[in-house]
Amino acid sequence: MRNRILLIFVLAAAIAVGPLAGALLAQGGSIFIPLLVYRTGPYAPSGIPIANGFVDYFTLVNERDGGINGVKIAWEECETQYDTKQGVECYERLKGKSPVLVNPYSTGITYQLVPKAPVDKVVVFSMGYGMTAAADGRWFPWVFGFPTTYWSQASAVIRYIGTQEGGLDKLKGKKIAHIFHNSPYGKEANPTLEELAKKYGFELTQLAVDHPGQEQKSTWLQVRRLNPDWIFMSGWGVMNQVAVKEAAAIGFKMDRFIGNWWSANDSDVVPAGDGAKGYKGATFHAPGSNFKVHAEVVKHVYDKGKGAGKKEAMGEPLYNRGIVNAMFAAEAIRTAMGRHGNKVLTAEQVRWGFENLNLTEQRLDQLGMKGFTHPVKVTCEDHEGNGPVLVQQWDGKKWTIVSDWVQPMRDVVRPKLEEAAVVEGKKLNYTMRDCAAEK
Amino acid sequence: MIYREAGQFKSSYASDQAIFPIVQDRWVALALLAAAVVVPAALGSDYWLQAILIPFLIYALAALGLNILTGYAGQLSLGTGGFMAVGGYAAFKFATAFPGLNILLVFVLSGLAAAVVGLIFGIPSLRIKGFYLAVATLASQFFLIWLFNKVAWFSNYAPSGTITAPARTVFGVMVTGPNASPEARYVVAIGVALLFALLAKNLVRGRVGRAWMAIRDRDIAAEIIGVRPLRTKLLAFGISSFLCGIAGAEYVFLYLGSAETQAFDINLSFLVLFMVIIGGLGSVLGSFLGAAFIVMVPIFLANAPHALGLHMPVALQKQLELMVFGGLILFFLIVEPNGLARLWQITKEKLRLWPFPH
Repeated sequence: MRNRILLIFVLAAAIAVGPLAGALLAQGGSIFIPLLVYRTGPYAPSGIPIANGFVDYFTLVNERDGGINGVKIAWEECETQYDTKQGVECYERLKGKSPVLVNPYSTGITYQLVPKAPVDKVVVFSMGYGMTAAADGRWFPWVFGFPTTYWSQASAVIRYIGTQEGGLDKLKGKKIAHIFHNSPYGKEANPTLEELAKKYGFELTQLAVDHPGQEQKSTWLQVRRLNPDWIFMSGWGVMNQVAVKEAAAIGFKMDRFIGNWWSANDSDVVPAGDGAKGYKGATFHAPGSNFKVHAEVVKHVYDKGKGAGKKEAMGEPLYNRGIVNAMFAAEAIRTAMGRHGNKVLTAEQVRWGFENLNLTEQRLDQLGMKGFTHPVKVTCEDHEGNGPVLVQQWDGKKWTIVSDWVQPMRDVVRPKLEEAAVVEGKKLNYTMRDCAAEK
Repeated sequence: MIYREAGQFKSSYASDQAIFPIVQDRWVALALLAAAVVVPAALGSDYWLQAILIPFLIYALAALGLNILTGYAGQLSLGTGGFMAVGGYAAFKFATAFPGLNILLVFVLSGLAAAVVGLIFGIPSLRIKGFYLAVATLASQFFLIWLFNKVAWFSNYAPSGTITAPARTVFGVMVTGPNASPEARYVVAIGVALLFALLAKNLVRGRVGRAWMAIRDRDIAAEIIGVRPLRTKLLAFGISSFLCGIAGAEYVFLYLGSAETQAFDINLSFLVLFMVIIGGLGSVLGSFLGAAFIVMVPIFLANAPHALGLHMPVALQKQLELMVFGGLILFFLIVEPNGLARLWQITKEKLRLWPFPH
């Protein structure tokens, strides 16, 4: 009986795997990067495009350039279902393959990995998510959050709302609601928003939505009662589409509903149909697939049948996020190679590359990403890069950028961030390193 | 033949009442104990310790706790995740408020905190039975998680609501925090698990355990023969929550390192309940077997295609894993509804007759 089940399983697996076995990369002599992904579960709508973008860019680098300066990148996906425990299991499993960096793709998992990073000597690259306090490189040398953080994003969104209202001083007395995923991720923006509410005198209401976010009736009842002028949302996965649908159902003005950069993907707005028209979202890179890099991906990856997803899904905001994330990682490794030579690098060397990354406009142009994202300069003190934020809007068919680069309020965010870094660093018994001494 | 006890004479009450009355059982227990020390050392891999064995021991402790309540006392509970959360958050509060406190003492204190909460939520069990009690304990699960999420004091006002285990030592060896070696964590986890397994085993064999089982089998009959239902049920709730609380504290301090309330969500309650059901209701051994099954089989299934040289997309692999795992649960429940512990018992009986079955 048991044998038969085993047999059926092996047969089923063999049948399923036959056509897919080609997409393999030889290990050894390559730089290994584990990818914690979630292609199943309630967060799959958000997880799939990111993972595809990531893999496609690495495939592009390997196929077109033969790797980074000739050194191939190897990767292995591990399914986390956005679940912290599974993420840790994945990390522990892949740790044995001496990875140079890890992209946790989840704030919860990032919180788990931040303390492990200096012990295991693995760079934690939490691009635009994770622990904001870790953006102070003096306390957290192994964690990178550039191009920008949740706190910077929240301040940039408030600045954007201010400009829409006709000036930051006009925010006084306005009602702004923050609907957030009730998890470390969703809560990250709260302290900044509270600070800004005090500073600019707007009325802030924090509305938590519990995991996984399919049930939001009570939240939107509160929204109706409150009737806010603006809504900012930190949602993820299935929570986003539910929120957009609910907002459309109560007739909220969609152009006053702004999602953060994890809440503004095609999969978040399409289910709401026409109701989603006008919905806005923050981002730090352009949507769409008409950049040179996309043409290269089509030519070198999809036309060779090595694409991770569907060609039509290219250009979704989260797909592009995966591309940007992979590009940052690749460029950081390239920076490290500039100092340590074109070989398989250690994680320490890659960490140096991250810390000294200076991605200029010119370099972005060479990468086929002109206008795709903002140049970034990382320093020892500043692991966030303090990047500006764009606002994109859904017109019913596609996303278009509707703002200039909005600068975050560094004067508000940075002191808070440094304060938090001390608190978080002390918790882990870290000492502050002296950046001047490392120059 | 292997398990034949012929010739083993008991000459004292103590030897008759031993946990392992048969010599062969003692050898198996000793062999397992030796394996628990030798195998991890031989494997020498952080992955095995940190991702498989430590969670296994912690889940086993939680399953043991729930088994006392559900398996022995017959009170169906879906609040395990909540009680573990009490343990985890209490341990965090104790450890940060009193940095000098020995971490093992912190674990015990957090277990006591969970026990108090368990007692409070156990009070309705006098009036509510069966599935209705499950719903009542489900309420405790949601209430506790909500509480820890809502009141920032529990996480020391961390903006993200995440609690992080501070570094603590036992006899000069670092056992918690990121710098603690997996070996040290493992030793603590197995020490705690064995200690409480021993305590639980003796508890359920004694007067208290018999009272629990009497309540489980027929509460009115138990009342008539002099078992006081409220006290007995509350004791089960208290001890069960105590063990779950310690498991929760270990869960944060030895396994995850840092956690948020979501780590203790309803899925955890179900997971532990499944461990108890699959392992065997009313069996200490079953708690361990069930935990091993639930922790290790998915990991084995996730790694099996890789080991076989099959490479498949992770999503497909995950779906297959869930399907096969679900299938295996069904398979075991159909083949042996009384759980893996009963399978082990049957195996022993078979071995006793082997090679000459009737």
